[in-house]
Amino acid sequence: MMTQSQSGEAPSPRPPLTGPEGGALGLQRSREPIWRTARPVRAVSVAAAGAGTMAAVVWTAAHGAVEPYVALTFCLVIAVGELARITLPGHREVAPIASAGAISYAFLVSLGDAPVEHSAAQVIAVVGLGLALGELPHVAVGRSPRLEDLARRVLAVMLIAAAFRPLVTQLSLTEPSVRVTLIMASLVLLAWLVDAAMAGVLRAERLRTNLLVAVRDEVRAQFATGAAIGASGVLIALACTVTGLVGLLVFSAPLLVSQVAFRRHAEVRRTYLETVRALSRVTEVGGYVENGHSRRVSHLAHAIACELGFSEAQLLELEYAALMHDIGQLSLREPIAGGATVLASPREQRRIAELGSAIIRETGVLDSVAEIVRRQCEPLAGDGDEGVPPLGSRIIKVANAFDDLVGENGDDERRAAVLERLRMDTDSEYDPKVVDALATVLARA
Amino acid sequence: MRALPGGARVYVGIIVVSAVTIVLVGPYSGIDLKTLVLVAVLFVVAESISTIVVSNGKMGMSPSSAVSLAAVVLVGPVGAAVVGFASCLTIRKQILVKRAFNGAQFALAAYAAGHVYLLCGGAVGEPARADFPMILLPYVAAVVTHTAVNSALVGVLMWTLGAVRTRRRSPIHWRPLVAVELSSIGYQMLGLAIAAVWGGVGVVAPLLVLLPLFIARWTFAQQADEARAHEATLATLCQAVETKDYYTRGHCMRVAEGAAMIARELGMPAERVQKIRYAGMLHDIGKLGVPTKVLQKTGKLTDEEYAAIKLHPTRGYEIVREISFLDEALAGIRHHHERLDGRGYPMGLVGMEIPESARIISVADVFDCLTSTRSYRKAWSVEDAIAELRACVGTQFDGRMVEALVRAVEREGWKTPDVVEPPGGCYEAAEKAVGRTGPPAAEGSAPAPAEAVPGGRDR
Repeated sequence: MMTQSQSGEAPSPRPPLTGPEGGALGLQRSREPIWRTARPVRAVSVAAAGAGTMAAVVWTAAHGAVEPYVALTFCLVIAVGELARITLPGHREVAPIASAGAISYAFLVSLGDAPVEHSAAQVIAVVGLGLALGELPHVAVGRSPRLEDLARRVLAVMLIAAAFRPLVTQLSLTEPSVRVTLIMASLVLLAWLVDAAMAGVLRAERLRTNLLVAVRDEVRAQFATGAAIGASGVLIALACTVTGLVGLLVFSAPLLVSQVAFRRHAEVRRTYLETVRALSRVTEVGGYVENGHSRRVSHLAHAIACELGFSEAQLLELEYAALMHDIGQLSLREPIAGGATVLASPREQRRIAELGSAIIRETGVLDSVAEIVRRQCEPLAGDGDEGVPPLGSRIIKVANAFDDLVGENGDDERRAAVLERLRMDTDSEYDPKVVDALATVLARA
Repeated sequence: MRALPGGARVYVGIIVVSAVTIVLVGPYSGIDLKTLVLVAVLFVVAESISTIVVSNGKMGMSPSSAVSLAAVVLVGPVGAAVVGFASCLTIRKQILVKRAFNGAQFALAAYAAGHVYLLCGGAVGEPARADFPMILLPYVAAVVTHTAVNSALVGVLMWTLGAVRTRRRSPIHWRPLVAVELSSIGYQMLGLAIAAVWGGVGVVAPLLVLLPLFIARWTFAQQADEARAHEATLATLCQAVETKDYYTRGHCMRVAEGAAMIARELGMPAERVQKIRYAGMLHDIGKLGVPTKVLQKTGKLTDEEYAAIKLHPTRGYEIVREISFLDEALAGIRHHHERLDGRGYPMGLVGMEIPESARIISVADVFDCLTSTRSYRKAWSVEDAIAELRACVGTQFDGRMVEALVRAVEREGWKTPDVVEPPGGCYEAAEKAVGRTGPPAAEGSAPAPAEAVPGGRDR
């Protein structure tokens, strides 16, 4: 614990700069052999995308490319789009321009007057090469892509190309018409659904959370980008039939605007989270709580909530609440001994929760977070006639108690003992469901 | 209409009458009626949706102008004027005058754009394959005309309303303006896309075009909401930290305002002003690490206590350095107690070694300290505070920042805190009120003359 007399010392080392999701991402850096990975779906999808692309490149090289200049143009646009990829909230990597370019190349039926008849394999090869080209500079400066997201971009185009290219020759499509547009739109929709489902499976695997919840999260999160990418892809393909290759360059403009919007939005979201994370440390610096307490509670609460199937929005709320759960202590004149709220009297605890909730409510935008914080120390049955406190509050109560009792450097034995102690209180104080989830999380770590 | 000044009334009248004349006179020969009606309906729908989507009026671009420009290509100047005028029918809450003016403004802009398009050699009707890429030139000319006429019409209206004249002294910031104009031109290029695929797929075309645009708008709006939420959260947390000392309440917000005023006055880009504002808000957050009894001590500080106080800029920097977007403003937090003569803390930087943001915050900080009441003295008047700041130019402050603050305060005024005495019954108030009425304490161990300014210890 940091006391006030220590204020002259150098600041103590802090935990690494990652959120709960960052911690989960760290899982992939294990030294195990590839076939014993903790995330098999990810491995399979990456392998499928890679193998498919390689096969397509080989096939195209063997059979020769149709319309090489068109292919090259699209390849370059895709590469530029991939270079300008962005990361959306929740560590989602997207490359709207690359994806739209790839989709439009798959949908290309004619250019100016000349019908275009490239094969599905050529589409996949061009897209694969474009993506690889665009990733090169990123990799060179050490910003490797998230492989599963890259794989999803490839797989979505594979699906579209494999379904649409054969249709072009069978139905001899060369003109833009309502029928062609409908086919394209439904294919894009299908690919988007498959893609979102896959993203959901990957997310569930990564965060160890409920599959249905994860799919729903992904559908919601990818709706805007998916619609923008799909519409632009179809538009570019149709426009190119009239305008030739000029259309590809001119009509990427709306997507550029969308991309700027997405990027800014992601930045604001990230900044918001960073701010709350940073400011949650004021209680530590003030000597009110143990160093790193807020972050550990937030990580633990995140893991428990994933186990219990929280949706993304709920997770974010819970993270804010966990980070700020002790902020009420700022209103205390002097820090309470040891900073551990679990050891304070129930009256004191409740007062801290009320004060903290009042501070958070002041913001005017975090009302549900304030509610979680306000009821964080109520017993299982709740106080007064308000009924059972929200699940978020119950999770924070357990995570907070666990961290207060274990401390910064508790060993396995101590963790087990604390878990036992929490279990003994499950009939009145702690939610047994939450304590069970905590046990699962601890067993995995 | 009664609320409008005479000049504006005449102006709106002229605009509306000329637009109506254009629409009535025609000529309507050679315009496909079905296309005209469809485009007009589309335009009204796009206008209605975009006003719902756009919650903040800050960004002056509307995706619907793409439809208006598609009309220029598809149905020519007169047709485009009709389409523009149709925006009167938009579904939204709006007084009649504004509705009429908007419609007329769109009609005139589209009419002008249409004629420029024809002059540059564009052909009316669905563009054929042979028209590309030559059609780009007249189209871009039409886009530029459309934007220019629109801005001019609105600008003159603002002028007649007298809205522009009031504040025109601060320098114009070109960068954001150019960004908005460029992205709006990017939007409008899509008009050509609508026109190009209109022949093949008809009404489906605009759907494809407008969908990404509305998504972008929606995202921008969401982003604005979230930026507001961020701001509110930051401000609240800063204020929560201040509850430790009743007298400094509101200090961080006022320093933020002061720092932003200086930065704006120096002509910094909006983004940087915002960063410096946040840094001003957060500048004293490290005070949390200083024991309350030291902060509130009225007597002489011991060396040890003074050392604890000197640590707070570094502490504050430690807390917020993970907020990556602040970047250079972080230095402002870390060095806001440095002095030009090198006798400040924590690092004793000299002159221009001190980061610009720190020099700004330092001036704003001291200015607010002087003009607000402290436990040991009454607030100074703004004039006295300015005189004091000027006296310390060269030793403590950068003269540029001080003069910028003086200019900004002269123009915009300065809101001094109105709370003087802590109200009784407040949490901890009784405790704190004890011993708060004595004469101003001497400045403890403050070493330099400028630090002996009353309130110097707060800084």
